[in-house]
Amino acid sequence: MKKKKDPEKIIIHLHDVAKYYHMGDSIVRAVDGISINVKKGDFVAVMGPSGSGKSTAMNLIGSLDMPTKGHIFLDNEDISSLDESELAQVRGQHIGFIFQQFNLIPTLTVKENVILPMTLQGLSERERSEKADKILERLNLYERRDHYPNQISGGEQQRVAIARALANDPEVILADEPTGNLDTKTGLRVMDFLTDLNKEGRTVVFVTHSPELAKKYAHTIYWLKDGKIQKVTKERKRK
Amino acid sequence: MNYFILAYRNLKKKGIRSYLTLLGICIGILAVVSLITLGSGLKMAVGSQFGVSSTELITVQAGGTNYGPPGSGAVNPLTTHDLDEIKKLSSVKTAVGRVIKSGKLEFNKKVVFGYATNIPDGEDRKFIYDELEAKAVAGRLLKDGDTGKVFLGYNFYVDKVGLGKPVIPGNKVIINGKSFEVIGILEKKGSFILDNIVFMNEDDMQNLLNYGDELSIIAVLPADKNNIEKTKEDVEKLLRRLRDVKEGSEDFTVSTPEASLEQVNSILNAIQIFVIIIASISIFVGAIGIINTMSTSVLERKKEIGIMKAIGAENSQVFMQFFVESGVLGLIGGGIGVILGISLGYFGILGINSFIGSDMQPKINFFLIFFALLGSFIIGAVAGILPAMRAAKQNPVEALRG
Repeated sequence: MKKKKDPEKIIIHLHDVAKYYHMGDSIVRAVDGISINVKKGDFVAVMGPSGSGKSTAMNLIGSLDMPTKGHIFLDNEDISSLDESELAQVRGQHIGFIFQQFNLIPTLTVKENVILPMTLQGLSERERSEKADKILERLNLYERRDHYPNQISGGEQQRVAIARALANDPEVILADEPTGNLDTKTGLRVMDFLTDLNKEGRTVVFVTHSPELAKKYAHTIYWLKDGKIQKVTKERKRK
Repeated sequence: MNYFILAYRNLKKKGIRSYLTLLGICIGILAVVSLITLGSGLKMAVGSQFGVSSTELITVQAGGTNYGPPGSGAVNPLTTHDLDEIKKLSSVKTAVGRVIKSGKLEFNKKVVFGYATNIPDGEDRKFIYDELEAKAVAGRLLKDGDTGKVFLGYNFYVDKVGLGKPVIPGNKVIINGKSFEVIGILEKKGSFILDNIVFMNEDDMQNLLNYGDELSIIAVLPADKNNIEKTKEDVEKLLRRLRDVKEGSEDFTVSTPEASLEQVNSILNAIQIFVIIIASISIFVGAIGIINTMSTSVLERKKEIGIMKAIGAENSQVFMQFFVESGVLGLIGGGIGVILGISLGYFGILGINSFIGSDMQPKINFFLIFFALLGSFIIGAVAGILPAMRAAKQNPVEALRG
C-alpha cells in the first residue's frame, strides 16, 4: 500500500490559528496565531516544553478541537467550517490518533479495539476481521489479539494503538507524546514503527518535549513556546 | 461487533450496585407477567365454582351474597312455599329447590366434615342432572326410590378429602351416625363445591337432617331465555311480597349467571388494577434507577467517549451505544422478571388446581414473554435517552482528559 509521493502537495495547512480558553476572568492563549504547512509524506515533530500549546495544536490539526480564530485545511478542505458529524467523518477516515496514555477501550480485546474504527465506518464484519488480522500481524500482535489491554505490556498497548490508528488506512497519523509512557527502548521501537508508516507515504505528526527524539526521527520540527512558533528547522535524513 | 456486543461487554463489568437498580423493572415485569399468566386461569377457575354450568339459570338465595355455601347463615331461609309460588309465575318455566347442609362423614375410621345436597324425585331430578350435566365416573347416579344410598363428588374417589383412601362404589360411609351405601361417583366438575359434596335423595336427607320446608337455594329456569331480566324482576317482586320487605332492604338475593360472573370479574379486575398500579410504580422507580446508573456510567466512561470520538465516532454513534446499553440493562431486569413471573404463574396455577380441585393447564404464553421483554428493553432505552444525549454531546478534548 505504498502511496505516491508528491512533495509539493500540502496536506495540512494552518492559517493564523489561535485557540483561547477562558479560565475564570483571564484568557489563556494556548495557541496564539500559528501558521503551519505540512507537506504530504512529511515526518513532523511539534516540539516544546509543557504549556507551550503543542497538544492543543495537535488537537486542532486532528479536528478534535475547533480554533477560536483562523482556518485549518486538511487536504485543501477547510475543516473549521464543518459540523460535528462531518468532523467525526474526517477523524475516522483521514486521521489516525496515537496517544501518550494509549487510550485503548478496556472492555474490548486487542483485535476488537483495532476493529472498532472500522465498525464506526460501517465496514462489513468479514472485511473488518481480515483487515484487523493483517494489521495485527504487521505489528507483531497477532498472538495477543484475544487479550485485553490490561493483560499486555505498555509497549504492546501502544502498538495496539498504532494498529487501531491504521485501521481505516489514514493519510495522516497524529501522535501525542507516543513514547511518554514507555521506557527508552520500547519508545524507540514505537518510533521505528512510525518511521515505517512514514516511509510508505503517510504523513506523520508527533508531539514531543524531547529534542533528541525530534531530531532523530522528524524531517521538519516546529518549535513552540507560549502558543507561538519560535522556529522551524529541517533535518536531513537518509531516504 | 455491534452495539449489543459493546453493551454486553460494558454491562458485564458493572458492579452489583448497578444491578440492584434493576430490581424495580424486575418486580414490575414479574407482577405483570404472573398476573396475566394467573389471571385468565383464575377467572376460569372462579367461574367454574358456580358449579351449575348453565348460563340460563337464575339462583335465589336468602340473605345477602356470601361466599359460603349458598343459603348458609340466612336468618330467614327460603321455604318450599316460596318455591311453589315462584313456580306459579308466568315468566318462570320451572324452578327447583336445593338444600345444602353441613354434616359429618366417617369412612376408613376417619371423620371429615363437609356438605350434603338433596336430589328431589321425578322431573326435578332430571332437571338437576341435566343442569349439572351429571354423569357417573364410577357406579351410577341416584334414581327415584333409592334409599340408604348416596353418590359422591369426584374428590372422594381420588382421596382428596382427607379420608386416607379412595371411596369406591359399594363402600359404606357413615353420615351423621347413619350408614349409607355409596352407589356412584360424579365425574370431575372442577368445582370446589361439587367435587366435595355428598348427593342424597330428598327423603333420606330429610330423615337424616330434618330441615322441614327450608331451602338453601332455588334455581329458576326462565320461560324466555332471552328475557332473563324480566323473570328476575318477577321473582324479586314476588319474594318482596311473600317475605314482606321493601325494595332496597331485601333479605334475599336473586342473581342471574351473568351478574354472578360480573361480580367475580369485578373483584378480579380490582386485583388486576391493584397489581398493575404496583407494577407501574416499580417500573417507574426502575426507570429512574436506570437513568441514575447510566448517568454515572457516562461520567465514569468520559474518557472512553473521548476515545470513541477521536477514532471517528459520530455523536449519533456514541448516543446509540449508551442508548442500546441502557435498553439491554432494562432487558436484563425484564428477563429476570419474566422468568420469575412465568414460574410464579405456573406454580400458582398448580397451587390453585390442588387447592380447589380445578383442572387448569398452565400455559407459557410466548407473546406475553416477547412483549414483556420488548417492553423492558424499551423502558430501559427510554430511560437512557437523557444520559446518552449527554454522552453524545461531550467535547472530545475534554472527554479525553477523563
